[in-house]
Amino acid sequence: MLSLRLPIPSESVLASVMQRPPRFLNARNQTHLFCSPTLSEPKALQSSTPQATAADVVTREEEEELNDGTTPPEEELPEGLRRELMPKHVAVIMDGNGRWARQRGLPPGAGHRAGVESLKALVELCWRWEIRVLTVFAFSYDNWIRPKVEVEFLMSLFENVIQSELDKFAREGIRISVIGDWSRLPESLQALIRDAEEKTRKHSRLQLIVAVSYSGKYDVVQACKSIANKVKDGIVQVDDIDEGLIEQELETNCTEFPYPDLLIRTSGELRVSNFLLWQLAYTELFFAPDLWPDFGKDEFVEALVSFQERQRRYGGRK
Amino acid sequence: MEKIGGGRTSELFGGFVTFLRKCLFKVISVGPIPNHIAFIMDGNRRYAKKKNSATVTGHRAGYSSLMSLLTYCYELGVTYVTVYAFSIDNFRRSPDEVKYLMDLMLEKIEGLLKQGNIINQYGIKVHFIGNLKLLSEPVRLAAEKAMKATANNKKAVLLVCVAYTSYDEIVHAVQDSCKSKRKEIQMLPGSLVRRGASEGFREHEKINDLAIHDIQESCKDRLHGSEARHLLEGSFENSSADVATKTPNGLIEEVEGCEMQRKVPSIELADVEEHMYMAVAPDPDILIRSSGETRLSNFLLWQTTTCPLYSPAALWPELGLWHLVWAVLNFQRSYRYLETKRKKMRED
Repeated sequence: MLSLRLPIPSESVLASVMQRPPRFLNARNQTHLFCSPTLSEPKALQSSTPQATAADVVTREEEEELNDGTTPPEEELPEGLRRELMPKHVAVIMDGNGRWARQRGLPPGAGHRAGVESLKALVELCWRWEIRVLTVFAFSYDNWIRPKVEVEFLMSLFENVIQSELDKFAREGIRISVIGDWSRLPESLQALIRDAEEKTRKHSRLQLIVAVSYSGKYDVVQACKSIANKVKDGIVQVDDIDEGLIEQELETNCTEFPYPDLLIRTSGELRVSNFLLWQLAYTELFFAPDLWPDFGKDEFVEALVSFQERQRRYGGRK
Repeated sequence: MEKIGGGRTSELFGGFVTFLRKCLFKVISVGPIPNHIAFIMDGNRRYAKKKNSATVTGHRAGYSSLMSLLTYCYELGVTYVTVYAFSIDNFRRSPDEVKYLMDLMLEKIEGLLKQGNIINQYGIKVHFIGNLKLLSEPVRLAAEKAMKATANNKKAVLLVCVAYTSYDEIVHAVQDSCKSKRKEIQMLPGSLVRRGASEGFREHEKINDLAIHDIQESCKDRLHGSEARHLLEGSFENSSADVATKTPNGLIEEVEGCEMQRKVPSIELADVEEHMYMAVAPDPDILIRSSGETRLSNFLLWQTTTCPLYSPAALWPELGLWHLVWAVLNFQRSYRYLETKRKKMRED
């Protein structure tokens, strides 16, 4: 074997890789570099974290003013789950409504309505088990090609659900955020979303991020567009473009925990389908065979148990 | 005499196994064959532990596994194979392990070019994908030499990701696009830049300015696939004013004077994609990660948005022919559905 002289020892390489200290002590640094099974972020770092540019990010100073909703006593988790290993951010691709309806000889609308009930149940579970962020892929940018009737149905379903659930969100301290290309949504839905986001902006018990007309690539592209504009305006130099800057510009900058710990996709399909591209770099993926309307508490517990058994190394060694 | 006989027997047996394998591949080839398969080679160390051996044994076994799988892929007719050999995150491992891996990489890269190797046998062009500046100089030089030596091979392609993460790839692509557009703008006649600025880019008066424009145009072809172009064109049916108000996030304020806009270079999504390290290959059709871990670990995030992901429990040195066959059969099963969907998008 040839003897190898490494001009760059690994520590220096690591230093050079990390030479630009992250502009923001972001969620990735907090949860990924420290490989902690507890997934807890150092509290001291949080208070000095510079805030993202989006107005919606909650600062620690505002916490006392926040409405964290009714706080029931700490709930006993189902058997097999450990509280310290619960994910902070769960993402879900809610796939299978159409197939569920077809299997029962029902129109697609029935499948979507059943899907909404599943979603409500999941939101309730996340709220009870103190998961901080739940992101759901409600409508992909690619879904616009579906039949017009189905798309219109879905848009009106979104409106109805937001209207009917807004009071509950207020009571329970749930914050709603919507990511995606809003410009294609009906005006009435856009107004409703804006209103709902504003009304729940200070809630902190659980953040529900709904991806509508969203695609992961679109998110990265619009982040790059923002960065290019900053380069144009002289705010940022080209050489300063780094991972932290891109993360800051992604639509998920509306939350303290932009990177999902666990992604669940239902219906047995084994792909990500353009959901959260950048944010899924280190996310544990769980592919559930059940169709979305059939995905309930037991199935969610199964996904969480699988998640808690995994060893997350982020490229290093345990 | 017996030894010679024994050697001959095993040679014959090996030949028979190869013949059977090729027959199997012929049968599978009745259905669609993936053009590009990507592998995350995970589990070498756990394999060594399982065998009560040193870590180095695991990595060497992993290399053998890689050579076997490459043989199977290229025999099957797969054109592109990408492997995740070393992540930027892996530099965080112990210095001893990193040094060992760099040594192993150097040894194997030099071995690639030796006669009789699979590279020559299948006419494989090799690309080393990643931030090669992070590698030690001997490894980087060996990689560049291997790329140069195989540059004229045309039958198949092997992409080895070293010192790679998707984050690094995307950041690098954005930076390079910005720099490249800036050079283009600097080379333009001043009058053209000024005219373009006044008619379409009133904000962008400095020569070094960059402008992202027409994300809509680039989005049509790249973001959502060329199939989505028809969708987007259909939805913006009226005047350019309508187009301006409906574009994502209100990116484009004016479409008027777009002819002049097009002459002033601006960053488009296509430019970012062009500067990706992986621009030398189409997107993978299948991603296989060994050892049962179901995560992407910052590998090909951009390129695998619609790609089926398989995570067999077998550790990398244990991954073999049947895992590959199973993955290809699953690919064939979902291929029809995906093709129907793509066809529908094109028709719409």
